[in-house]
Amino acid sequence: MTLNLPGPVSNRLAWIRRGLATMGISGRALVIAAPAAWLTLFFLVPLAVVFGISLATKEFGQPPYSDLLTTSDKGTVQLTLHLSNYIRIFTDPSNIYINAFLSSIRIAAISTVFAILLGYPMAYAIARAPDRWRNILLMLVILPFWTSFLLRVYALSGFLRGEGVINNVLGVFGIAPLTMMQTDFAVYVGIVYSYLPFFILPLYTNLVKLDPALLEASADLGARPIRTFFSITLPLSMPGVIAGAMLVFIPAIGEFVIPSLLGGPGTQMIGRILWDEFFSKTNWPRAAALAITMLIIVVIPIMLMQRAQNAVVEGRR
Amino acid sequence: MGRNRWFLPVASSIGFIFLYAPILSLVVFSFNANRLVTVWSGFSTQAYADLWADPQLLPAAWLSLQIAAVSATIALVLGTLCAVALVRFRRFRGKTVLQATVSAPLVMPDVITGIALLLLFVTMQSLIGWPQGRGVLTIILAHSTFCTAYVTVVVQSRLADFDMSLEEAAMDLGASPVRVFFDITLPIIAPALVSGWLLAFTLSLDDLVIASFVSGPGSSTLPMIIFSKVRLGVAPEVNALATIIIGVVAVGVVFATIYGLRQGGKQKQA
Repeated sequence: MTLNLPGPVSNRLAWIRRGLATMGISGRALVIAAPAAWLTLFFLVPLAVVFGISLATKEFGQPPYSDLLTTSDKGTVQLTLHLSNYIRIFTDPSNIYINAFLSSIRIAAISTVFAILLGYPMAYAIARAPDRWRNILLMLVILPFWTSFLLRVYALSGFLRGEGVINNVLGVFGIAPLTMMQTDFAVYVGIVYSYLPFFILPLYTNLVKLDPALLEASADLGARPIRTFFSITLPLSMPGVIAGAMLVFIPAIGEFVIPSLLGGPGTQMIGRILWDEFFSKTNWPRAAALAITMLIIVVIPIMLMQRAQNAVVEGRR
Repeated sequence: MGRNRWFLPVASSIGFIFLYAPILSLVVFSFNANRLVTVWSGFSTQAYADLWADPQLLPAAWLSLQIAAVSATIALVLGTLCAVALVRFRRFRGKTVLQATVSAPLVMPDVITGIALLLLFVTMQSLIGWPQGRGVLTIILAHSTFCTAYVTVVVQSRLADFDMSLEEAAMDLGASPVRVFFDITLPIIAPALVSGWLLAFTLSLDDLVIASFVSGPGSSTLPMIIFSKVRLGVAPEVNALATIIIGVVAVGVVFATIYGLRQGGKQKQA
């Protein structure tokens, strides 16, 4: 397939380019400028605005926060910054914010471990499957991702709820219904269920490149399969495991939908706390301060970690 | 292998059952005659009639499809420009910053992106009077922004995979950079553009959190309506809608896979 530009269009483009060049603007600069300007306006500036508003206090009105800059009667401009939101996050008597941060990290970490335990055998089986099966199995892993995330969490809630499918099956065998919904357990299941494909794909990409000769050599030297797995396959696949684990852990920390639909009132994850602060309590400055705190103690460390990990991978090449 | 031979098939089967059982049960129960509980009481298409008559779901679905199409297209343009700049331009001031900024939305929690954009829109409105209020426009701006990051990643990896000699040859033959892009680069990265657009479209269609922050009265997207319905329990009309969506996606993915396999086969033969 070749997209052939008809002459006139091409001429016109060249003409536009020449016109811009006379103004001292190169095509190259425009290519960079368009996305750079967009991302600055809609990604970097908003973060600065959040920081600004996190230093305001809640007020009744439209918008519901105090002005940072106020002009007095004499015409002097006064800048008022409040640190109270940040102080409150770390010293709230009920520790609600600190606990939410800690439990987000705990829940994300536990779910990631479950995802590794369930996803590793799947990735391994797909990588070792015969060629014709491999693509079908990969398709089955990817397919749920293209359907709606929200609808899949909803499907899972129908599965786990008190009168849901699992309890109906258990009932047939005369087992009393289990309470699974509105527990931390349901949140772990929800996270694994939602993000399992993201764990499997990078690990599969790694495992499929593993040289079978290494495994044969190990077997020839008398190692049992389990030993070969732990001393050859697992260490060599660690970059895939880490890359996949990050893809589960990172979105899980800030998750809102899963704890709201599957968790109980006790499942306080930071994304949900921020949401409630904003929508239920209409405390925009507090929510903004939570966002900045989350950015500094969770997001930036993750970005730095990923950077270091990429550097290691690049270095090995 | 001996006694370990059963482990892998069993373990991976459990994984696949786990992935598919909830979806399949949702599909099955969308045909259930019993409205209230997930107990089978006979075949019925009542849920589909409810969906058709629902005053909110279908209009919201149409709105979401439009928002997703526009956002994905904006993101495709911006993301492709960004990828070309990052992969093909040798060195320019701010390259590292651009790379970091474009990949940051990938790890940014939705709640932060949502609140940040909302506060930006509120501040902009009070400073320059634009955008007026919140609604479809602000949702499109927000979705285009985070989707740009995903398009950039997809196009970037495709651009990095194919070597520059074709482009250089065209340049040597005297083609202008614009012409090289449209005649050589674009056809080569076309598959990545298609998958990037589809990815952006899907992410926009699926977004609940960011849209909830930046939407206004009268611009509720499909995920927002679904969330408000299922928050309180089972909603048969949502099951019906989910079944339709799953059906469409499944058919699409199966065809794409078959097409991909055919193309792969052709390349092997060639």
